[in-house]
Amino acid sequence: MSMDYFQYLRKDRMPHIWCPGCGHGTIMKSLLRALDKLKWPQDDVVVVSGIGCSSRTPGYLDFNTLHTTHGRALAFAQGVKVANPKLKVIVISGDGDAMAIGGNHFIHACRRNMDMTLIVFNNNIYGMTGGQASPTTFTGSKGTTAPYGAIEQPFDVCNMAQASGATFVARALDLDAVAMDRIILAGLQNKGFSVVDAWSQCTTYFGRQNKWGDASDMMDRYKGMTYNVRTADKMTEEEKADKYPLGVLFQATRPEWCEEYDKLIARVGGGEKAP
Amino acid sequence: MTTQNVKFLAGNEACVEGALAAGCRFFAGYPISPSSEIAEKMSGRLPKLGGKFIQMEDEIASMGAIIGASLAGAKAMTATSGPGFSLMQENIGYAMMAEIPCVVVNVMRGGPSTGNPTGPSQSDVMQSRWGTHGDHPAIVLTPNSISEVFEATVHCFNFAEKMRTVTFLAMDEIVAHMREKIVIPAKDDIKLVERKRPHLQPGETFKPFAPDADLIPPWMNYGEGARYHVTGLDHDATGFPSGAADNQETLHRRLLDKIELHKDELTLFEEHRLEDADVLVVAYGSTSRSAKRAVEEARAKGVKAGLFRPITLYPIAEKQIECAASKAKKIVVPEMNLGQYRLEVERIVGRSVPVVGVHRVNGEPIAPSLILSAILGD
Repeated sequence: MSMDYFQYLRKDRMPHIWCPGCGHGTIMKSLLRALDKLKWPQDDVVVVSGIGCSSRTPGYLDFNTLHTTHGRALAFAQGVKVANPKLKVIVISGDGDAMAIGGNHFIHACRRNMDMTLIVFNNNIYGMTGGQASPTTFTGSKGTTAPYGAIEQPFDVCNMAQASGATFVARALDLDAVAMDRIILAGLQNKGFSVVDAWSQCTTYFGRQNKWGDASDMMDRYKGMTYNVRTADKMTEEEKADKYPLGVLFQATRPEWCEEYDKLIARVGGGEKAP
Repeated sequence: MTTQNVKFLAGNEACVEGALAAGCRFFAGYPISPSSEIAEKMSGRLPKLGGKFIQMEDEIASMGAIIGASLAGAKAMTATSGPGFSLMQENIGYAMMAEIPCVVVNVMRGGPSTGNPTGPSQSDVMQSRWGTHGDHPAIVLTPNSISEVFEATVHCFNFAEKMRTVTFLAMDEIVAHMREKIVIPAKDDIKLVERKRPHLQPGETFKPFAPDADLIPPWMNYGEGARYHVTGLDHDATGFPSGAADNQETLHRRLLDKIELHKDELTLFEEHRLEDADVLVVAYGSTSRSAKRAVEEARAKGVKAGLFRPITLYPIAEKQIECAASKAKKIVVPEMNLGQYRLEVERIVGRSVPVVGVHRVNGEPIAPSLILSAILGD
């Protein structure tokens, strides 16, 4: 595990903006450990994000980095990938960014199955704007815009991804960094669109408003709300009810967008001279 | 000239030819009347040139995708119409702020809202200039013939690449859909501008937002080893966010000043019979064709009329309009909106000369007779 994180970090951009107890840094380090295993040249990696606490991550990373508009990271990222498929594209988004304002881009990116990995830093709240309810806020949980508890049903990021056509779908908790490493690595290795629903705790806004305690209390609670998909067949339906499975939940092989487009170019004789 | 370069094209088709000739190799778009033929043609032509076409889920994503493609090194374009142009404004602001070259074609239709999807209009003059939030520059070209659509599209790419910003080609629906003969210029006769590259000393770090004396920062594509950061936040020369007051002031002023500094080369226009004109007509796009006819008819009746036709709507040809207005007793501004460019003309000439607007928003072109009446009337 001994690796030099600063090889991939922009030291001069520290300290980061994240609060004490936030899980975002844990996920970021998992990503770096996965990238360290892959040894992709840093010049070939593009990290794209939207707006929010999670979306500040690219600024700390020593790659080609693109901090876009709220919810639109996937749109920018697909432009990058199509224009230069040699680039390795990683998208970092939050639950509000990916599932609310970026929801339409999310489902269509899954459908296209372009070779890139989306990591949703999912903390069930809008942290940067001060703790408003998000599309993954649990029913009954409080946010500053849901002072009496959310009455809506949350999105399940993984179900959405699978239904929309992503070819790698997984969920991990920041509590279990070893699993997070493994899952992010597998997502990056998938030739197609990968979605990792990476759970992180927002102690400052979610924890405080919902009286869920500090970071370790929240991690414990998330552990209780989830189960490992590998042990799912030993559990009763009752035990699994209302809980979220962890691990690699779905994998499929489908044509990848850029490869299909290259075939199209070859088929129509894409060597014609420019006018 | 060979006959194979002679074509009979609609404006939307000439726009595609111009874009491809300018080196456009990435197009992202979403269907919308009356611009859809551009996306359709691009989807057929680009793969044959090894370029890429992608149909996005909406115009917001289309605009994001062309910015991403440009960062990865492609000359990139999208095309849309009023409602889609409204959706693009968020990421248009990003392209201005992060100085990403790209081209947005807006085939203007009647608005607001769904308006008149298939009728001609010039109602996006102000949306082109001020569509996204904040103080920002705008480069907007509006052609009036099929040949000029081709040329203006090439200019849009050249201006975008040179100035490192988004440029707009605003066509009205008449120009987009009418057909005319066009002689496509030979490749060697088309002057292309490529993005400016940095001259780095050994060991020097590339600063993506550090301008040269021309106020334009040099450019490196993603994947070329610079590993820089791009954000829509206020940023310093390195690209990283900076909220320092003096830094913000410098950045925002430079974004406008870089356009102002190059205004003369960006501002294209045509002058017709202005030498002795005491009635000045200012008209653009298809309306300028009616205006030219009206000027000729007025001359036949002994009235000294002349036409100033902005090809570049923004940056506005203030000097030229001011000069032409100084000799005029009256100015007529016909346009297919309720006075958007007339406001600009009034701002430039002040109260010294009466400005008469001829405005129609009924989905029909403005006939020469209407403009002639305004020229001849008291």
